[in-house]
Amino acid sequence: MSALRQIAFYGKGGIGKSTTSQNTLAALAEMGQKILIVGCDPKADSTRLILHAKAQDTVLSLAAEAGSVEDLEIEDVLKFGYRDIKCTESGGPEPGVGCAGRGVITAINFLEENGAYDDMDYVSYDVLGDVVCGGFAMPIRENKAQEIYIVMSGEMMAMYAANNISKGILKYANAGGVRLGGLICNERQTDKELELAEALAKKLNTQLIHFVPRDNVVQHAELRRMTVLEYAPDSKQAEEYRQLAQKIHANAGKGTIPTPITMDELEDLLLEFGVMEQVDESIVGKAAAAA
Amino acid sequence: MSQSAEKVLDHMNLFRAPEYTDMFESKKTCFEGGYPDIKVQEIADWTKSWEYREKNFAREALTINPAKACQPLGAIFAAVGFEGTLPFVHGSQGCVAYFRSHFSRHFKEPSSAVSSSMTEDAAVFGGLNNMVDGLANSHSLYKPKMIAVSTTCMAEVIGDDLDSFIKTAKQKGSIPENFDVPFAHTPSFVGSHITGYDNMMKGVLTHFWEHAERKENGKINFIGGFDGYTVGNLREIKRMFDLMGLDYTILGDNSDVWDTPTDGEFRMYDGGTRLEDAKAAINAKGTVFMQSYGTEKTAEYVKSKGQETLVFNHPVGVTATDEFLMAISRLSGKEIPAALELERGRLLDAMADSQAYFHGKRFAVYGDPSMVMGLTAFLLEMGAEPVHVLATNGNKEWAAAMQALLDASPFGQGCKAWAGKDLWHMRSLLATEPVDFLIGNTYGKFLERDIGTPLIRIGFPVFDRHHHHRSPVWGYQGSLNVLVKILDKIFDEMDKSTNMPGKTDYSYDIIR
Repeated sequence: MSALRQIAFYGKGGIGKSTTSQNTLAALAEMGQKILIVGCDPKADSTRLILHAKAQDTVLSLAAEAGSVEDLEIEDVLKFGYRDIKCTESGGPEPGVGCAGRGVITAINFLEENGAYDDMDYVSYDVLGDVVCGGFAMPIRENKAQEIYIVMSGEMMAMYAANNISKGILKYANAGGVRLGGLICNERQTDKELELAEALAKKLNTQLIHFVPRDNVVQHAELRRMTVLEYAPDSKQAEEYRQLAQKIHANAGKGTIPTPITMDELEDLLLEFGVMEQVDESIVGKAAAAA
Repeated sequence: MSQSAEKVLDHMNLFRAPEYTDMFESKKTCFEGGYPDIKVQEIADWTKSWEYREKNFAREALTINPAKACQPLGAIFAAVGFEGTLPFVHGSQGCVAYFRSHFSRHFKEPSSAVSSSMTEDAAVFGGLNNMVDGLANSHSLYKPKMIAVSTTCMAEVIGDDLDSFIKTAKQKGSIPENFDVPFAHTPSFVGSHITGYDNMMKGVLTHFWEHAERKENGKINFIGGFDGYTVGNLREIKRMFDLMGLDYTILGDNSDVWDTPTDGEFRMYDGGTRLEDAKAAINAKGTVFMQSYGTEKTAEYVKSKGQETLVFNHPVGVTATDEFLMAISRLSGKEIPAALELERGRLLDAMADSQAYFHGKRFAVYGDPSMVMGLTAFLLEMGAEPVHVLATNGNKEWAAAMQALLDASPFGQGCKAWAGKDLWHMRSLLATEPVDFLIGNTYGKFLERDIGTPLIRIGFPVFDRHHHHRSPVWGYQGSLNVLVKILDKIFDEMDKSTNMPGKTDYSYDIIR
């Protein structure tokens, strides 16, 4: 058995993290890899395309039912989906209460201690949004994910989030082994998207590992709660995900320590590509009538 | 005035003077507006009924008087067992004040531990700066040889990562790069003090062993687990092992730091397992665990390094001590010496002398799972009936193993093991199915007062009796101590119920 490879997908909310990660992991499974997906999002939607299910029973909801995490059995929280990919969701509280970050820590500890990682080739963490607190940094702690893949697009806020996540990785990279594996650009058909993504990758001292073009087949597959790999294995889009999977597979140990940039530098980058125009400071904050 | 400077009355007597009793009485009638005494009594009696017991055991969302403490307490217990080691708790100050006072009240010794003093800003921005400054201050002020880091709830909820924090602190020069800083995540809201002991012991061993090569040297390691009698017990273990001529290492030897002599010199650290011995302990032939519940992860780790593990449950009595010594003898290849055989015979003799007074007596026992198991086995050995046995921090496996132990003995018929229940459950058990004696820690005195069941203090903490921790409860000698402790209470109660001349004292008994 080869050494366990642990990776994590981060990115701004709604950017297509879960879709991209599940399609990529389905392609990795096609390559014969044994995969465990650990969804780290209270919404618990990181495994729906693999399981064809609306939402999986989560570690934390089952623990709450049983009384405590110690009362859970590992079989209760692991489900097998497409090509025997093992799926689990940490789950978490309803919006507005509790601490979802702690939920991630509790769930990952439980999975590790109860042997969920045994005999796996890949463990993949799918983490919501930014690294908002210590709990959401759990997957990038020492002895967890070796490489982080950031899903982004050419939109400014997605790039902003990618930069923020790099800051989170940098915090742990200095003392530990976590590295930035690369950016995955999910095409939004914004202006000069590929060039921008490549430029940002360069600034962050990483690579644009793959540019995933927009294709409606992804939506068609999603409506059926399937990955493109399963729904339309011969499609061009499935081939894109296969390429991405191969690149990630070949990227082991090639991650880098990111060099996050400042907000000003990020704006400069957008100016440089003509995506954003120089802001006339005299009009900032003025309502239409006043101007 | 009942109080005067010439003859100062202790508060225990002071408040019995009429000026105070009158004041309390009028405060109650004029201001408190409580229910009449008769109603209070009626409800108190109802809470001792079977009807209430059933409600009590159907309780889901509330714990009342749990017989357990939290993880960092156990982490500190393990940490102070190593030479010159300062326990460092990453979290807020209040938690650590509690740990220190808890140990000081039990062992009647100062107990040193520091905190990283996290406050609200640390909760928001993370506790990295607290770790960096805290390690630097601890290192320069208290000159430890090792700092063992554990956590409280606060650091755990915000997800502080000890591994990366400690590495960063070293990079920033808080402490030398090669300074030993083992660590363990010990969220207080998971498990209990015995879980914390396990995590820290594993943390220390992992720190020393993870990158070491094992070359077996035939020595034996000993790990006692969280134990209120650690001072007496570890010294007894050393005495027995020395008699056997063993080459051994006690991992986490806190018997000296909690029993430092008064000789004019304060020792913040005393004794403890030498760090080079802890390092070399990977080479041992095997490791002995005295309390299987609360050392599971450590045992698994030790096993993964290729050592044999011998696992016991707080052996008390002849059978349990025999099994313990024979297993040690097999592992080490050393004979059990004649001196220990003599001790065994003496214990057996003493047990035979007293067994009539144990026979048929009904007991309730609570405490940490392994200790409860060891004491229960001893009671069964003596022909007593352990009717209710309870461990708040016991799990399902413990309950099953415990029930099997009870069911296998004629004296354990109708007896039940309760895992995860608290002392309010115990109160219902004692009220509905009364027993003759209760064995537990100091907190059992409230049950004794409420229900009237005499309490025999064995467990942790014992705050209200002194020096019990200095005498062992393991081995043949320790079993003798347990025997005497229980017998004393049996005879005290017997005397109390036969002390009215001509009425209950028929035979002027001075001999038992």
